Amino acid sequence: MSKKFLLITTLIIVASLVLGACAPKPTEAPATEAPAATEAPAMTEAPAATEAPAATEATAGTLKIAILAPLSGSVPTFGVSTRDGALLAIKEWNAKGGVLGMQVEAVVEDSQCEADPAVNAANKVIDQDGVKYIVGEVCSKASIPVSEIAEQKHVVQISPTSTNAQLTLNTDGSTKQYVFRACFIDPFQGTVGAKFALDNLKAKKAFILFDQGNDYVRGLAEAFEKAFTDGGGQVVGKETYTSQDTDFSAILAKVAEAQPDIVYLPDYYNIVNLVTAQAKEKGITAPFMGGDGWDSADLDKKAADGGYYTNHYSPDDTRPIVQDWVKNYQAAYGSVPDALATLGYDATNLLLAAIQAAGVNDPEKVKDALAAIKWDGVSGTITFDQFHNPIKSAVILQVKDGKIVYVTTVAP
Amino acid sequence: MENERLTFTDRMIKGKWIGKLLLIAIALLAIWGIGNKAVHNPQLFIQQIINGLQLGFVYALIALGYTMVYGIVRLINFAHGDVFMVGAMVSYFAVGSFHLHQWPAAVFPGLPMFVSLLIGTLSVILLSMATCALLAVTIERIAYKPLRNAPRISALITAIGVSFFLEYFGALPFVFTPNFITYKRPYDIITWYLKDGFHRLEAGKAPPQGSILISNNLLIIILVTVILLLSLTYIVQKTKVGKAMRASAYDKPTSRLMGINVDGIISITFAIGAALAGAAGVLYATAYPQVFFWMGIIPGLKAFIAAVLGGIGSIPGAFVGALIMGQAEVLAAGYISTPMRDAIAFSILILVLLIRPTGIFGEPEREKA
Repeated sequence: MSKKFLLITTLIIVASLVLGACAPKPTEAPATEAPAATEAPAMTEAPAATEAPAATEATAGTLKIAILAPLSGSVPTFGVSTRDGALLAIKEWNAKGGVLGMQVEAVVEDSQCEADPAVNAANKVIDQDGVKYIVGEVCSKASIPVSEIAEQKHVVQISPTSTNAQLTLNTDGSTKQYVFRACFIDPFQGTVGAKFALDNLKAKKAFILFDQGNDYVRGLAEAFEKAFTDGGGQVVGKETYTSQDTDFSAILAKVAEAQPDIVYLPDYYNIVNLVTAQAKEKGITAPFMGGDGWDSADLDKKAADGGYYTNHYSPDDTRPIVQDWVKNYQAAYGSVPDALATLGYDATNLLLAAIQAAGVNDPEKVKDALAAIKWDGVSGTITFDQFHNPIKSAVILQVKDGKIVYVTTVAP
Repeated sequence: MENERLTFTDRMIKGKWIGKLLLIAIALLAIWGIGNKAVHNPQLFIQQIINGLQLGFVYALIALGYTMVYGIVRLINFAHGDVFMVGAMVSYFAVGSFHLHQWPAAVFPGLPMFVSLLIGTLSVILLSMATCALLAVTIERIAYKPLRNAPRISALITAIGVSFFLEYFGALPFVFTPNFITYKRPYDIITWYLKDGFHRLEAGKAPPQGSILISNNLLIIILVTVILLLSLTYIVQKTKVGKAMRASAYDKPTSRLMGINVDGIISITFAIGAALAGAAGVLYATAYPQVFFWMGIIPGLKAFIAAVLGGIGSIPGAFVGALIMGQAEVLAAGYISTPMRDAIAFSILILVLLIRPTGIFGEPEREKA
């Protein structure tokens, strides 16, 4: 009986799986393919043919720059900050007489921090509006698909904030000719952190704590270790943990034992809160140091007191260019600019400066000018390496008496 | 049929001996490895044992709830870890928003700081315990009682459902929010170091090399756990309710015939277990100061393993199992490999269960007539 029953149930399950798997296919397949087939010509060919003359006409009087930012979706505040920063840059250029004598016009599109809307927005601005330069997107997962289009259609793209290495790299490891970014990539912070620890804190012995399962954290830790040992320092211990750990007592006992001058912990604020709180109990007095993962309103400033972290920018930076930027942004929008607004501003400035330097409104020339540029931005003096990643300074911030204070700016 | 089964068990027993020898060899190797390093630096080893004690005592409080509930209704209450989370959250709001820990200072200003803080902290713990007890009784009445006579798997699935409900209800923005919340302790941490006597460690200073650190947190955890454990033993062994519990665990229908209100006893068991989890939640949060809506999953799972390790259904077993879990985790992290700590802790479970399938203190299941 039971065998028969089992057989029948198995058959029913198998049948339902097969049917279930088959049934949606005929309906789904056209749903995804049909629009691609019908829309592709509409998007790429038809408007290009009609709008192309308009685009060339436009070059006489105005220069169009597209800003792709997530104004809705999961991270709208990122998008709004980035857009505001970029628009302020454009306003300032226009006030100075524009670029190559042309007034700059912004075409703002909501790309939602998602691949599909970002691709649609990129196609729209290129094909319909005749834009040849794109500032955006904010999120790597949206910027990367846009970069494929930019590369294909020979449009210069600069992403203000996308840190994924794949943004500027082809799958074969070569650099995408038309794609740049204005922010440093993650491991760079480890290098700057190590330099600061060696030169400013005079640290000789470092202990590294990192989450092996997190690419961001591991990238920073590896870069720190390399730079610290290359600079003559000694890594006296390295311990890993998982993101689910809450009890760090065993690791911290080892840290206390090793008596390092600095403990490098490049994780997000939630782990930093737990580790630093427990470290205080274990009598660890060496300062902790991390990356921009610490940058959160939820950082436990009491536990992390005395700790340092690297970041893109600080409004307390004393350089005049930073102070001017903070003043102008506050005048325009009524708030202190965050890192996203700053990078949006820098990215737009870099692009416009490259167009000015190229002397012609031609993406072919502009991409070469951008690759060779040296520009004083708010987030540091920026040049590009061979992979189109910026080489620029980072700021060091310290958690002190419940506040985040600016310490210094470190050039790589 | 009978013959076939006998030879099969025979073969199992024979095969098991080889496995057991192998496992004992591995265990000895690990102990030898740790011991070797420990001899070189005995101070660090003692420090790690203390760290393990702190973790083990908290696990013990959670494990007791699992073991008591299993003992009486044969249900693995997977929502137990989330009751623990609720206990931690309640204390967070009691301390952070309502300053409950400061009431003795406000009502009796003459009390010394130490006494008033101790009473304040204990009242925070009591509030968490009461809330958790109430919550557990409600859960039992709504979700488990209607399934008392259903197949055991249905009750298990329901327990998992309740667990998810508590987690994601807690994650709602107007309940506990889905954020990582920095826990505010009712008292400040004081650390003492043991080297040529007992000294207080001043804030921001490093202790001298080779000293052993003990914090007031650890003392509070041990104190509270021991008090609760002794009261629990008293309740179970010496009171009428405890007698009724043991009777119901042994044989429910006969207990009913003897005039015991079995449903009431089951509710009381859930309440006591949850109250212990609530206390554990507060202690865990003071030791590892961060609370969030799924903080109960991992400690709950580990405490469950501790309960199985000690022999599920056995109260001393849960305590011993939890202490072993705490030590295993910390020593594995301290001497073998940090990312492997859970793997090692779980391997210990397998090892013990292979040698004693019913756990350390567990008795072989008796067939009931």
